[in-house]
Order: sequence, then structure tokens, then C-alpha cells
Amino acid sequence: MSRLHRVTIEINGEQVTASIAARVNLIDFIRTEAGFTGSHLGCEHGVCGACTIEVDGAAVRGCLMLAVQADGANVVTVEGLAGMGRAKNLRAAFLAENALQCGYCTPGMLVSALEYIESGESSDRATIRAHMAGNYCRCTGYQAIVDAIAAVIESGEGA
Amino acid sequence: MTGPATIFDKPNAYIGKSVSRSDARRLLEGRGRFVDDIQLPRTLHAAFLRSPYAHAEIVHIDSTEAETAPGVVRVFKGEDLIGVVEPYVGILTHLAGLRSAPQMPIAVDRARWQGEPVAMVVASTRGEAEDAAELIAADLDPIPEACDAETALDEDAPVIHPELGTNLAWERLVEVGDTDAAFSRDDVHVAERTFRFGRHTGVTLEPRSAIAEFNPAEGKLTFWYSGQAPHMMQFILAKHLGLVEENVRVVAHDVGGSFGIKIHTYGDEIATAAVARIMGRPVKFVADRFESFLSDIHARDHVVNARIAMERNGLIAGLEFDDLSGIGPYSMYPRTSAIEMNQVLNLTGAPYVLPNYRARGRVVFQNKNMMCQYRAVGHPIAMAIADCLLEDAAAGIGMDPVEVRRRNLMADDGYPRTSAAGMKLDDLSHQRTLQELIDTMDYSGLRIAQAEALANGIHRGIGFVSMVEVTNPSPMFYGVGGAPIASQDGASLRLDAGGGLRISSSITEQGQGTNTILAQIAAGVFGVPIERVTVATGDTDTAPYGGGTWASRGAGIGGEAMLLAAHALKEQVLEVAASMLQTTVSALDIREGMIVDGGGARISLSDLARTVYYRGNELPSDLNPELVATRHFRVTGFPFVFTNGAMAAHVEVDTETGLVRILNFWAVEDCGRAINPRLVEEQVRGGIVQGIGGALYEECIYSGDGQLQNATMEDYLVPMAAEMPDIVVKHVETPTKTSILGAKGAGEAGTGGAPAAIMNAVNDALRPLDASIWRMPMTPERILKALGRI
Amino acid sequence: MKPVDFNFERPASLTDALELMSRDDMNVVALAGGQSLLPMMNFRMVRPDILVDLNGLDELRGSEIGPDRARIGAMTRYSDLASNAELMARLPLLASALPHVANSAIRNRGTLGGSIAMADPTTEMPAVMLALGATIRLASRDGERSVAADDFYLGYYESALESGELVIAIDVPTAAPGDAFGFYEVARRRGDRAMAGAAIARRNHEPRIAFFSVSDRPVRGFSAERILGENAASVEAAEGSLKEIDFHGDLHGGPDLKRHLARIVLRRAWAELQP
Repeated sequence: MSRLHRVTIEINGEQVTASIAARVNLIDFIRTEAGFTGSHLGCEHGVCGACTIEVDGAAVRGCLMLAVQADGANVVTVEGLAGMGRAKNLRAAFLAENALQCGYCTPGMLVSALEYIESGESSDRATIRAHMAGNYCRCTGYQAIVDAIAAVIESGEGA
Repeated sequence: MTGPATIFDKPNAYIGKSVSRSDARRLLEGRGRFVDDIQLPRTLHAAFLRSPYAHAEIVHIDSTEAETAPGVVRVFKGEDLIGVVEPYVGILTHLAGLRSAPQMPIAVDRARWQGEPVAMVVASTRGEAEDAAELIAADLDPIPEACDAETALDEDAPVIHPELGTNLAWERLVEVGDTDAAFSRDDVHVAERTFRFGRHTGVTLEPRSAIAEFNPAEGKLTFWYSGQAPHMMQFILAKHLGLVEENVRVVAHDVGGSFGIKIHTYGDEIATAAVARIMGRPVKFVADRFESFLSDIHARDHVVNARIAMERNGLIAGLEFDDLSGIGPYSMYPRTSAIEMNQVLNLTGAPYVLPNYRARGRVVFQNKNMMCQYRAVGHPIAMAIADCLLEDAAAGIGMDPVEVRRRNLMADDGYPRTSAAGMKLDDLSHQRTLQELIDTMDYSGLRIAQAEALANGIHRGIGFVSMVEVTNPSPMFYGVGGAPIASQDGASLRLDAGGGLRISSSITEQGQGTNTILAQIAAGVFGVPIERVTVATGDTDTAPYGGGTWASRGAGIGGEAMLLAAHALKEQVLEVAASMLQTTVSALDIREGMIVDGGGARISLSDLARTVYYRGNELPSDLNPELVATRHFRVTGFPFVFTNGAMAAHVEVDTETGLVRILNFWAVEDCGRAINPRLVEEQVRGGIVQGIGGALYEECIYSGDGQLQNATMEDYLVPMAAEMPDIVVKHVETPTKTSILGAKGAGEAGTGGAPAAIMNAVNDALRPLDASIWRMPMTPERILKALGRI
Repeated sequence: MKPVDFNFERPASLTDALELMSRDDMNVVALAGGQSLLPMMNFRMVRPDILVDLNGLDELRGSEIGPDRARIGAMTRYSDLASNAELMARLPLLASALPHVANSAIRNRGTLGGSIAMADPTTEMPAVMLALGATIRLASRDGERSVAADDFYLGYYESALESGELVIAIDVPTAAPGDAFGFYEVARRRGDRAMAGAAIARRNHEPRIAFFSVSDRPVRGFSAERILGENAASVEAAEGSLKEIDFHGDLHGGPDLKRHLARIVLRRAWAELQP
């Protein structure tokens, strides 16, 4: 057996410390050790985007980072966005446009959409679609998601 | 059927309004509750060793080393579940002649597909369970396999179940009129093609997941699962684990996509329940993505030789085809794997007047993962056969594809009637939806633009489909054949002391908005603001008994049950109110949570309920207030309630790369009364995009020896945002007369219709190059081959 | 889909990292951005005894731009590259290719050095470096060496990188006035591994043409380079010359598909060079 690593990660403003094996990936840590189950595992190989989270401000795949790599990092998940009052307009737009059905992709979808909106990109639909190309949704067909992101940008009031 | 018509137009009616989903708020803040979010104390995590071979004798499985690996509690082999789990067989009596073999959750003597469980490890963590699964010494002796459905019936093909004699599972023939005579006429144009539909699968983003917990003190099994039909699962677990049904509780909270994948009996899930019972500890199984691709049911995979005879005036003289489908080594339990072929035979050509129709279908066993019902069962195949042949033949006689449909589609005023295959049809609007589609898409303008593009070397095409969708199935779908699958659904409402309405239903929510439409119906029919309605679904301990959500039945059947129950509760409440207010029931109504009469609000529901619950002494002693109502509903008189729609695709084919870009897509859907138009539109859009997946991207690619080559999300291509078009959806509403609500289903039309429209559009684009393609998915390689470029 | 158990080290210096990499009694695997490696570990195709995380090595991150070359640290992430406006102006071919690499979340973690070392024949970066005539700088406990991109790629996931070595930097010739570049790839979906792609750098009328996702490694079209170097208009002849390439099929299709698509991506990438 490998040795355990004691890691402390700030998740949604909470300091979470645990001793874990190196092979535990960040998203498993967040869900199992920290109990934030809002982010989901969809494929565990970085393709589906359901586990997309913010690590030190950058949108990354939670399944393609080890928890030990995030020792000392600041992580924000969908729960944190809500708790900190971020992406309020984006959530409202998702609700208004019905940009989610089963909701399993939504936590990652919101993080990717937020990255796009906060980078100041345009509401051009093709550009939005290109940016969201790394997040899989089986339910909606994507149109309502694009509608929601475009609506937030066009409102000019930020995410 | 008639009913309280005021439910559709009174001030607090919600039916017909695009109310936003209260569930969505929760999900947007990360407050969903999916199976893997549940962490119970002492949980064991399951991992399965799965057969690496398509067909193998299980000589010996030595788990000695695995049993002693860190974290491992126990290893189970197939034989360990003999006597624990009663084997299951996927046959139904109304599919006469369908055969299959008994199946166990973990293979016992033989493994029959790559991915079939051969051993199960339970350990403290999933990682440790996987470590131990690698340590199992499984002596599997590969034996000749029958993978290719097209050769599985050959004399020399290995027989997968020797006791059945051959690999033929089922065969069905439909013959109406004189097809031979129609094709032998010398005044008809005949178009004949071989269609191939790739194997694909549901790729729910949440994988199949289950937690089983057995409480020996009560003899009670609780099974949380990601599924669509809790009561069906309750029956199956009880029957096959030897429990009484009431001691099995099945709970489906949030479900991360289902699409028909999650209505079947999977060995790994049954084993999870059985092992939880043996171990007396909770056991969790969450399929990883490899396991999803290798064991979630697959669908389609049909080869169809088909031909159409068309008169010079465009009328269809005859249609015939031969459909062959490989279903894997077993017919899936309990719905069987014969339904898709059955649907193909039932639905092909159903929108059209078809005097002569002959179809043969065969389903065969093969050593690949099992096939069963996935969204739009049989529809994409049936629609492609008829509508792609129709456009092919129309091109052959030089007729426009819209005109040929106008001439052959059933008249909107000609119902009720039956289709060629004997399906009872009513309340359809093919002609009107087609006209609405043409008006919406500016058809003539597109044709001009298409010609201009062609002059510049750009190959664009326009393709159509006119379709039917099977929704609201009656007991004639499954129950008649002996399946433990309810066709009726129940709804309950309870007026609480605070004046809120607590409702429950046996239909289930997987993101369609089921809970929302139930709340809309309850709030509107009963008379409270929708914010005062809380909805509970998905728990066999508390929900009324019923079928769940599949086959586009939730709104039409479960919604009607809710309407009936809400109406009943309203009558009951008004009876109490009339007594309290010294007036008559007919003088009263309930609006926005208040009992009203001609003079306005009289008493709030809360006051009424508190009187009933706390101060019954104030009520006449002969009044027995009942503030709970339950009603059930099933479809009678029709096996199914059909919907119809018309769709069109506008595509551009890059003839150098073979890539197809969808420029536009339009759909006009008639699903009867739309309870929530936005939710209907989103069902249609999402469905169309899955249909686009089947047409252009998705395929389980197997090697000749039955190895799945693309069991990752990187290699199995699902539609992603960048390539998908914006989709225009319009409604035509022809309510069904089988219910007061008038709602039909809408969940599968898009998936069922889009592939044919896209195939027609691609072939329209290729026609000037004298090329055509009849195989889905229409990959770049296949298109380039069709073009003779490679 | 969990990786095997392994030990994890996060060296604070390149020297420490190379010391760890030098252990030959165990399977020591270096972790750069992890966007390809971690999936392979989750699949248990890669089974490290020791995983050496290079993400603490700031000395391997960042770029230096010289008069005619840029030195890019191996641990520089795609997103760092794309946001470095000066670097992108000097390396327009890289700028054209970067948006095709997977998606934003992957580019926020993935590194140039990791991609080079992975030697995945379907990816963009190896071919771009081949077209640009880059030099891969390698280090081991025993010292440093440089390998030309031309000599670096040996087969599927196989390169000149030897046991105990790390890619530490990539030296890339920057664009000079008159240079021209073209990039084109065909992918089923945006961000997917390409079905075929071409990267072209033309300097002093001499093109270097590199293909990806057509063979077991990124490959140059030498005859096409010669033909197009002599006559920029003779694209058809250049396309015809591609049959010299050892095409390998994949799930998208066989060698004949790759041969066909190589012609198309050459034509389209070349068209980008034209004024």
C-alpha cells in the first residue's frame, strides 16, 4: 500500500483536511471526503465535463487532477457558486430557458459557461457553442443552454 | 371524453403554460440527490470482473488471492448466487414464439458477451474492489462465437443456447393486401435499398447506479437506483430474491438521464441487491463508463432489405421489407428484446395510405451485448424505411418530396382508422403538420438557395419525415403478455393543514419535467397557486402504484390520473366548504387557495383544513371530511395513443471530407394538449439531437470476434454543442379523445423522426453526384465511399 | 475506473525530479498536465509505482522569446500560451492550432511538454513542432540533450525520450517577415482527436509540411514540400506525392481514408498560406 497524504483544500470557503491515498482524484475527494456532491462523475476520463470545477480560479476537470495535487488550492463547485452568490443571473437564465433537464451535467455546464461569460466573450451563438464543446448534455440538445448564456451576455449585467 | 372543461381556462389554470421547473432550482445549486450522492455507513463497493471474450466456457474461477487483497470483504462467483437469485427469462406470451434462455446475474458456466459479469468483488472502496478484480484468476476458455447477426442463422454458426436449437429468437410476418401483385405491375416505379442501422446506446450522463440495503430485522430490502420504473423493479427484486413485494422498497430520486436505458433488469444490479442481503451491509454499485458501454443495453442494429412500388402519380402501390436484428445472447428481461423489431413492423408506413404491405422481421441471438428498448424504440428504423424509400421513389418519378407526401399521407378528417399493420389511429394531423412545416421553413426559398449553392459547388440537401409516435401505451403493450409492468398510473393529493397541496404519482422524473406538469395539473384543477404544491415521485413506499415514466406515457397517463384525482379532491373539499358555509357545492369554487362564491373569497383552504383537522367538533357529525383523494387511469379502447409530426433537415455535405453539417432543422409536433409547451419543445429538441446522434455519430463498433472497440466517451461520439443546429419547434394540437386532459406523449418523436429526415437531406445533397447512402451513422468514411472518393 | 495504487512525489526542483526519474527498479511516471495521462491511469493502461508530479517546477513554466527563437518551458499550459500575446504573434502556427486542442478546461491544465512527450500521433502539438522545425530539450540526471522534432517521434506513443528523461523545454523558431503558415484539421466534433490534420510552415519559399492523425506518428510530406517549394501552385502534384506516407487507419476508417484526407488537409492548409 502506498502511503497516505494529508491534504488541506479550501472547498467553497471551507477548509477540508483528510488523509488520503494518492490515487484519489480531486472530484472523488470533493464528493466523498468533503461531502459536496453537487459536482458529478460522468466519465472519469475527462471527456464529458460533468466534473468541471474551479481550481484557483480556472475551470478544470475534477477527474483529471489528483486530490494531492490540490493541496492548498482553492476550489469552487456548483454549491460554492450558489453559496457565494456568484452566477446568479446565469442560474436564473438556465431556469428561464429550461437549460437543464436531468441536471447531471449542469454543475459542470455552469462552471464552463461562467468562464466564458467572465472572459468577456460575445453572445455569438457559434462562439458560445464552440466554448461549450467540452460539456456533454444528453437531454437538452444544447440550444436552451446557448440561449441562457447568450441572454446573460446580452443583458449586460454579468453572470 | 368530456369533463370539467373549466380546468383549461379558469384564472388559476396552469395547463398550457410554460411554467418553469421547481426541481431545476435545486439542481442549479448542486442540491440534487443522485444515487452516488448517498453515502450510507458500512457501505461496501462493488466491482465486477467481466468476460473479456464474446463467448467462453468458464472453466474455473480462483478468487483466493483477491479475497485477501486490502479492503476486500468477499468475492462472489456465478454459482454463489444459485439458489439466492431465481433465474429470469425475457419472454412475453403475446409475442408468440419468442424464445430465450434463463439468465443469472453473474455468468455460471458460460459467458456469452464481452462484458458479462463473471465475478463480483465487494470491498471498502471501489478502487480496492477494482484492484481485487484484477487478482481473480479466471480460467475462461474462448469458444467459437456468433457475433454477426447476418450469419448467426447459418448452418455452421455456433448456437449460443444449444437447448434452443438455433439462434433464432423470434420471427414475425405481417401481410396485408397483395404485395406481389403491386410490385409486378408494369406501371409502377420500384425503389429498392438495403438499410443498415448502427448499434448505439443511451449514454446517460449519470451511469446506472444502485445501492441496496437489507434490514434483517424487518426482512426489508431498500434499493435506491437510477431508474424509471420503481414498481416494476420492486416486483423483480421480490420475485427473484424470494421476498414479499411489500418488503422491497425501491427509490429513484434524481435520475441523470434514462432514455429507456434504465427500465431493464441488469445482472450487476440484481447481484448488488442479492449481495447486500447476504452481507447484511449496504452495497453500492456505480457503473463506470467502460461498464456502461459494455452492459447498458444497446439498440437499433438492424439490417433491412426494403422496396417500395410507386405509381407514376406518386401513390404508393406497395411496400415490403425484411428486417434482421441481432439482440445479443438473451432477450432482455422483462420487456424482451423483440419489441424493437415488433415496432418496426407495426410502424413502418403508418402515416401513409398503404394498400399492400408485407414485412418480415427476425431477431437473432449473437455474442454481443444485449439490445433492448431505448428511446423511440423501432421508430427511427420504421420512419427511415418508409420515408427514405418514399423520397427515393419520388426522385425516381421526378416528384417533389412534399408533393409525394401530400398525396400519400392519411387525410386529417379520416379518423379513426387503422394503419396497414393494423394499428388503431385517431386524432392525427399529418397534412396539417406538413403544411405548418412548409410554411415555417420557407421551402421554396430554400430550394432556390440550394440550386444557387450547387452552382458554386456547395452540396446542400433538404429532407423530410412524416411520422407517428407510439405514446400512452395501454395494457396491450406489456401487461397482456405477462410482464410485471403497470400500464395504469395513480395520483394522490392531500390537502394539508397549512393549505398546501402534497401530491404524489407513480410516474417518475428524469428531467422531463414530470413533477412540474403534475404540479401544474394539480394546482390548476384543484385551485391553489402552484407554489403551494409539493410533489413526491419515485418511491414505492409512498407513491401510488403504477408504471413509471417510459414510452412517452408520463403526461398522458399519469397526468390524467392527476387530473382525475385533483378533480375528486376538489369535490370533496367543496362538500366540506358547503357544509361550513351553509351553501351548496355548485355555488362554490376553489381559486388561488380560497373557497370562493359569486361574491368573492369566503374561506381559505388553510382555515378549512385546520377546521377539519383540529376542530372537527365544529362540523356536523354526519359529515366525514376526506382531504385525500387518489385516482388511477389507464388507456382503454386503443393499444396506444399515436401522435404525429413532420420534420425537415437542411444539411451541407463537404464532399471532400465527408462531413455533414446540419444547417437547419424544423419540427412540427402534434402531441395533443401541451401541458407545458416549453417542456414539450425541449423534449422534441433533445430527442432530435439524439436522433442526429444516431444519424451521424453514434455507433458501438465491434470487431469480428465481438470486442467493443470504442467503449469510451472519447471514441463513442455523442452529439456535442458545437455541431448541433438551433432547432425550430412548432405545435399543432389535436387532443386525444381517450382522456379529458387530451395529452399524448412527446418524448420520442425527435429521436424517431430526425434520422430519416437527415438521411433524406444527405441523399438530396448527394443526388447531383449520383451517389446515395443508406447506412447510419452516416460517417465521413461511409459518405466518401458512397461518393467513390475512397 | 480507478487508477492502481501508487506512490506520489512532488519534487521542488528539476534536480530532485530527475533524481526520482532515474530509478530504474520501478515504473516511474512523470505527471505534467495530466490531461492524457490521468485518463490512461484511470483506464489502468498506465500503472505507475511512483508518480512524479512536475507541477511544482516553476522553472519549467513560461517562455523566453529571443530574436529568432522562443524557448517554451515544458510545463507551460496551453492557456498560458494562448494568453501570451507576444508569443502568439511570433508563433502564428501555434496560435492557429491551439483552439483545436480539446476544450478550454483541458487547455487550462494541459501542457505543451506533456503533449510532446506523450507522442500521441493524433494530436496537434507534435505536428506543429515538426512543421516549425522545433528542437525538444531533454534532461536526465546525467545531463541535457536536444533532439530535433524530426528525430523525436518513433511510433504510437513512442519517442526518443528515454527512461529517466524529462522534456524540459521546446525551442521553436519564430516567424520572420515573409514566412507563411497554414493549419487545417478535419475532426468529427470540435475538440475531438482529428481524423487528419496538416500544419505547414514556409520560410524562404521552403515549406515544411507535417501531418497528424494519419500515421503512427506525426509525419512530414517530403515530396510535397519539394514540389510546393518549387512551384507553389502545384498542389495537385503535391497531393499525389503523399502516397509515400505510411498511412495507418483508426476507428474513423482505414489507410485509404487517411490517404484521402491527407490530400484534403494539405490542400486546405496550403490555401491558408496564399495571400
